Amino acid sequence: MVDTAFIVEVIIIWIKVVVVALVLFSMPLALTWIERKVAGHIQVRLGPFRVGPHGILQAFADMVKMLFKEDVIPDRADRLLFKIAPLLMMVPVFAIFVAIPFGDKVTLPFTDRELTLYISDMNVGIIYVLAVSGLAVYGVIFGGWASNSKYALLGGLRSSAQMISYEVVMTFAAVGVVMLANSLSLVDIVRSQSGGFWHWNILYLPVGPVWFFIFFIAGLAELNRIPFDLPEDEGTLAAGYHVEYSGMRFAFFMLGEYVAMVSISALAVVLFFGGWDDPLGPFAFGIPPILWFVAKVMVFIYIFMWIRFTLPRYRYDQLMTIGWKVLIPISMANVLVTGFMRI
Amino acid sequence: MLLSYLPVLMMIGFVTFLGVAVLFVSSLLRPQNPYGSKLSPWECGMEPVGDADIGHFRVHFFIIAILFIIFDVETLFLFPWAVILADKSISTLAFIEMFIFIGILAVGLIYAWGKGALDWL
Repeated sequence: MVDTAFIVEVIIIWIKVVVVALVLFSMPLALTWIERKVAGHIQVRLGPFRVGPHGILQAFADMVKMLFKEDVIPDRADRLLFKIAPLLMMVPVFAIFVAIPFGDKVTLPFTDRELTLYISDMNVGIIYVLAVSGLAVYGVIFGGWASNSKYALLGGLRSSAQMISYEVVMTFAAVGVVMLANSLSLVDIVRSQSGGFWHWNILYLPVGPVWFFIFFIAGLAELNRIPFDLPEDEGTLAAGYHVEYSGMRFAFFMLGEYVAMVSISALAVVLFFGGWDDPLGPFAFGIPPILWFVAKVMVFIYIFMWIRFTLPRYRYDQLMTIGWKVLIPISMANVLVTGFMRI
Repeated sequence: MLLSYLPVLMMIGFVTFLGVAVLFVSSLLRPQNPYGSKLSPWECGMEPVGDADIGHFRVHFFIIAILFIIFDVETLFLFPWAVILADKSISTLAFIEMFIFIGILAVGLIYAWGKGALDWL
């Protein structure tokens, strides 16, 4: 049973896993710098400027600082949960990327070996992604509860209520895309949109833009970002569920949030914007598909940052009203409209 | 089959290893100087009042959790239907059935709405 081809396959998967994990692990270094630069320029400032040219080494300085910070565990905390909560938040977010396709098959230069630019093409891809991203809520609620601090507990409860409410909405948006693609595999969903931007799900009129709108709002809420960053509402909760964390464990929460932002951007691209597909379709002039994928993801990351520094924050009851009383009824109606269009 | 799910374990294992390794490096470098007031829960610099984990939180969070379970399971039922919808031989029947299913789901939502389970204030 164990033959050479199988071992080679496992080694290739190992290499892909290690590469993806390391890239994602170091991505927050770049993203924090970009975010602070974007914030600076939106607010007519320069942003970080002292460490390195245009402050480009600022993130490395922060990382070194985080490594040298004391790891304070409050004396009334539940020590075990307090210690593992950052990992529980971070690890599921990385696991999402096992199913996300970055590109189609490429042939390795100098060999005739085909390499797929995704780690695994699961036949239940989109359900896997929704399930694994839902696990991150355990990190948040354990972190908030184990700190045994009132702000952290309130932040953790708010955050988990918000994340599970919008998870229903996001599942509805995923159902919409599955109806358009007739497959649960993310690779098949991308392939069903190939051939230029007029084939993308966002332009499946009239329901495509509505699904994207629902997905995007749910994504913002799942990420706990402005305008839905109630869990870490500085005005009322100090910092929310991670108020008692310091040093590297705090950095892990931040890492998890940034990687989650990348994952929601990648999902938006895969589900609605054709993944690695060239927008020009038959008139394409040979830009490699993976570059298109990266470019689209970067546009989304920029939009998330842009929104963060442009919009104010909602109140908590407004957040719940938008989720349950607006988005869920719209989604239900839209499921029926999409179904009617597809029969 | 094995090769599509094995990477999940590999990814979880590798990222956990990375996280623990970074924490270990940090534990060699960081200072360790705990004392009483540093270890007390943060409460704006005041003496902490009472305990946080005795369960003083709104029951409403619990209701939201129950609603979530109901709706999430019901949306999962939509997935198999969404996959086979394009199959012309059964699509009309499937669509009518799902119309009824979503109607029942909507009744549940309207009931929760009417009972005030969705009102936060």
